[in-house]
Amino acid sequence: MPQPRSVVLPSAAGVLPAVPARSEARRPTDIRVDLRLIATMIEPSSRVLDVGCGDGQLLDYLVRNRGVVGRGIELSQAGVNASVAHGLSVVQGDADTDLGNYPTQAFDYVVLSQTLQATRNPKRVISELVRIGRKAIVSFPNFGYWRVRWQLLLRGRMPQTDALGHQWHETPNIHLCTILDFAELCSAMGVKIERSISLNPKGRAAVLQRGRMANLFGEQAVFMLSRNGER
Amino acid sequence: MLPSHRTRADTQGAPEGFAVELGRDAPLKLDCGVTLGPFTVAYQTYGTLNADKSNTVLVCHALSGDQHVASAHPITGKPGWWHILVGPGRPLDPSRYFIVCANVLGGCMGTIGPSSVNPETGKPYGLGFPVITIADMVRAQAMLLDYLGIANVFCVIGGSMGGMQTLQWAAMYPERVFTAIPIACAARHSAQNIAFHEVGRQAIMADPEWRGGEYSLHDTTPRAGLAVARMAAHITYLSEAALRRKFGRKLQNRSAFTYGFDADFEVESYLRHQGITFVERFDANSYLYITRAMDYFDMAAEHGGVLAKAFGNTRVRFCLVSFTSDWLFPTSEMREIVHSLNAVAADVSFVEIETDKGHDAFLLDEPELHATLGGFLNAAAEKRGLA
Repeated sequence: MPQPRSVVLPSAAGVLPAVPARSEARRPTDIRVDLRLIATMIEPSSRVLDVGCGDGQLLDYLVRNRGVVGRGIELSQAGVNASVAHGLSVVQGDADTDLGNYPTQAFDYVVLSQTLQATRNPKRVISELVRIGRKAIVSFPNFGYWRVRWQLLLRGRMPQTDALGHQWHETPNIHLCTILDFAELCSAMGVKIERSISLNPKGRAAVLQRGRMANLFGEQAVFMLSRNGER
Repeated sequence: MLPSHRTRADTQGAPEGFAVELGRDAPLKLDCGVTLGPFTVAYQTYGTLNADKSNTVLVCHALSGDQHVASAHPITGKPGWWHILVGPGRPLDPSRYFIVCANVLGGCMGTIGPSSVNPETGKPYGLGFPVITIADMVRAQAMLLDYLGIANVFCVIGGSMGGMQTLQWAAMYPERVFTAIPIACAARHSAQNIAFHEVGRQAIMADPEWRGGEYSLHDTTPRAGLAVARMAAHITYLSEAALRRKFGRKLQNRSAFTYGFDADFEVESYLRHQGITFVERFDANSYLYITRAMDYFDMAAEHGGVLAKAFGNTRVRFCLVSFTSDWLFPTSEMREIVHSLNAVAADVSFVEIETDKGHDAFLLDEPELHATLGGFLNAAAEKRGLA
């Protein structure tokens, strides 16, 4: 076969910034503690869709350290651009409107981390998560956490904690719930709770993990869900 | 006739590019039913094909583009239309990739088109040239790759009509494409876009010098018509914000209105310049044929109106890019493609870039575009085993 002889182009050195080299793999300690906990719940080499993936921190960790096939959806343009520039497969989209296009059971895991409380229709989002993924992993700030209750009860002010850092007038969190509320909704929807873990303020599994105590002492919660009857 | 690299012996490449005759043994069956062959395809390359032939990047050019992606245009002497993205140290670096771009079927830069001589009549085809489609352009490119001995390409990339070809590549030859990067395009041409094209075509055909498409026989050319077509189209490539930023209501080299129809405003002068310079390098009949090919483009139509079916269980890795101020191929149209790709659980990235530069942004120095393409291509190259 003929070998085409190409035009030799002048160097662009100094004219344009060089394409950034890929960064070294993040070490496990580099990601948020709650994300690391989620990562341990995901089987290596599985297919993962991260809904509301932010700058792709969890996806990047999973792709590099657990060999997953990862996809992401993110609302913010900055988050998407950062993820794609980092080599991740992420699309700009909205958990409220863009999940309907994904085929049923297309992923092993669908992750929704700290995003549910900002969706317009959390119930529909949850049903989409368990439809698209064999398992859904959902994390959210627990409004039943004792500091939240304390602030409202004794100070009479809208709570602000590490997990709920916004002032009432600027918060994107429009559908806050407690661990018990969430569990009740799952039950009402016929969604199976495979696992639930409440996290202490350090992002580690809290000591007390049962019912009302978890609801009182967990600052955040991580649930693994599936459609009923599917393990 | 451009030199064929079959006979070239130099090592510095050919600034004017290459040309090859294709379809002598197996002619190209066009969508319109006509069989074409043999026919000439002109193309340009940058970089070197690696030993296992895995580093080809096929660049698809837009309506008024050509194969001179990164090197000086042989007629205007201007830098290649995508020199911003293609070159040493840029996302498409010839030291890493073998970059190929062919002039489209129906074009006027060496590939067969309406200005080519019809061997049956000995005269230019003019309107006797068969109407071609985006899929026909892609088939011709596939024949060129066959000729070059390239079975699979690492990447197909293009903006606007080049993005349409990129999508068509992924749909028609998914097994030959590792990654596809359609930029600022759509899976079908909108009514509004067809309308603008019709204005352009009518401007050309209304020019008495067009002479039923046989202007070259009369040693003339419909300059005014083609210039007006380009002026109208050029507005669609910009945005209101960009026009306001660049020109506003500023007057052209004068301090008061002339109370006439001279180019009082800077924006008028700019558009006239765009029209005049376009005529120097583009053929009016090619403009008719290529705009028609875009109008006919509708990928879902061939699949019962369901775009997702065009992509099936594709393994192609997609990266789509749109621009916020692009009203010719708005983000909503790109998002439709993304939704269809999601529906088949395809590997897809989609970035919308904030800019006021309109559709033209894909040709300009947009740092976000660089970062996106650089990151996506690097990750894909790693997966493909390209150093």
